[in-house]
Amino acid sequence: MRILGHKPTVTAWIGMAIIVVNLAIAIFGPAFAPYSESQTVGATWDEPSMQMLLGADQIGRDMLTRLIYGARMTIGVALATTALSFFIGITLGFTAAVLGGWVDTIISRLVDVILSIPLLILALIILGVFGSSIPVLIVTIAVLDSTRVFRLSRALGMNLTVLEYVEAARLRGEGTWWIIRREILPNASAPLLSEFGLRFCFNFLFIAALSFLGLGIQPPFADWGGMVRENSAAINFGMLAPIWPALAITILTVGVNMVVDWLLSVEARPSGAQAEM
Amino acid sequence: MLKLIVNRLGQGVVTLFAVSVLIFVCTQILPGDVASAVLGQGATPEALAAFRKELGLNSPAYVRYFSWLWGVLQGDLGISMTNQRVIIDELLPRLNNTLFLAGYAALIAIPLSVGLGILAAINEGKLVDRASNILTLITISIPEFFIAYLMIIYFVVDLGWFPSLATVYPGISFSERVYITTLPAVALTMLVAAHMLRMTRSSVLSVMSSPYIEMAFLKGAKRTRVISRHALPNAAAPIITVIALNLAYLVVGVVVLEAVFVYPGIGQLMVDAVSKRDVPVIQACGLVFAMVFVVLNTLADIAIILVNPRLRHKR
Repeated sequence: MRILGHKPTVTAWIGMAIIVVNLAIAIFGPAFAPYSESQTVGATWDEPSMQMLLGADQIGRDMLTRLIYGARMTIGVALATTALSFFIGITLGFTAAVLGGWVDTIISRLVDVILSIPLLILALIILGVFGSSIPVLIVTIAVLDSTRVFRLSRALGMNLTVLEYVEAARLRGEGTWWIIRREILPNASAPLLSEFGLRFCFNFLFIAALSFLGLGIQPPFADWGGMVRENSAAINFGMLAPIWPALAITILTVGVNMVVDWLLSVEARPSGAQAEM
Repeated sequence: MLKLIVNRLGQGVVTLFAVSVLIFVCTQILPGDVASAVLGQGATPEALAAFRKELGLNSPAYVRYFSWLWGVLQGDLGISMTNQRVIIDELLPRLNNTLFLAGYAALIAIPLSVGLGILAAINEGKLVDRASNILTLITISIPEFFIAYLMIIYFVVDLGWFPSLATVYPGISFSERVYITTLPAVALTMLVAAHMLRMTRSSVLSVMSSPYIEMAFLKGAKRTRVISRHALPNAAAPIITVIALNLAYLVVGVVVLEAVFVYPGIGQLMVDAVSKRDVPVIQACGLVFAMVFVVLNTLADIAIILVNPRLRHKR
């Protein structure tokens, strides 16, 4: 079977399977969860048993149920963030590329300043001023992350705007927005797709890290990063409670990265070279 | 060459200035009214007025910015809102701790990953290369706290080699400090080494595919000589860039790992301040992190200018 005109490698297939299973759990999982999200069914950090396959969490809720509910929250927030980040980044990037001039200069310099310090530091500053809630979290990380998308889409747009068919569209009198939507976007979609995977991984890990620090998604919602934090004390007794949500995070990011790695090799972009925070 | 270096230094100063404006805008102007943002909807008008007066919010923004910047330049970072302590006194020992941990990790990570990256690039497509590719891909995908907890389970709970909390105290001896911070430093190393290895590999590979390397092979030079004399001096600049880029990972990883190991660094201070919404402390920590980062990046760029073989001779 071919996808995007290429045959996926074995690791790419494994990655795709992981993504599909995770999405299925996020969408349909709660219907099949053994218990409800906040139901206490055992004692603190109960050992795994037939009733609770992965044991209980710090206040006796079923770990497996929490993981299933957490999938929806964790993946949902990361997807929403990445989608918003791409919307902002692509719009600004292509606009800067097509219009050029002072519009390009202003946006580019602003992005340079934001990119000159680590995103986590800026995210912490903004969350500290506004307080952490899910909308603030999504908008903050999306805006910060869109600087990376801006760089890529501006570069792609720059290469495309000088081509004859864009020039032809311009001469027929098409508007800026039309050119972006109908001429540039379709021709930039392949590199943007692999970038979407990369940015998703980054945002997903970023939100997990913030939740782990207690500054991301707040209780009572189940989310994987927060579950690691809540159960972290168990580690000193040699219990595996915080390992399960951390493992769930790991499996999904490894899966997405496997697919992205294949996409990058198809596009002949150097793997790892684009990894930056 | 000197002109290039001076230029780059000037650029660093401009970046620092721009970053300080950005941090000021984020903390003071973006929320509209800091007082009601911090105190919440339920605050009384008297409380708001008192708070504004305390933070000096009644003067215009640019006046506040320059008085803040003037204070910062003199080492005055303000006073914490939650415990009324002078921020700089609390911050400096913690910055010291953080730099120690990050430096320790960089000392292990840089030789390890650059060496292995060159090894993988030389053996492109062979078993070593493929194994390192999969291993680093997995390491990149793992959240930092997962690595840390696995290490705690194995080295602390099972083997009992290290303490699980990296508590350093004033007057701690150097060897004790090294011993206690080993576990967080190794966790931090794993975090950055994978990125560095992959990026070193791809930059060496791109140098190896350039025409002058082929030329060197064609004139009959030995493989080891081509790599050591022709490829590596020109791959040095991209490798230094790689190292500088990964300093970002170090800074970010430090924040999370300090939380895992309860290490009294500046990351912990900032996270605490964010959860208590202590704006002056957040501002100070953010500025210090940004400064460390910009300074390291500037130094890396200067190092690149210094090692560039093309700039050694006068035209």
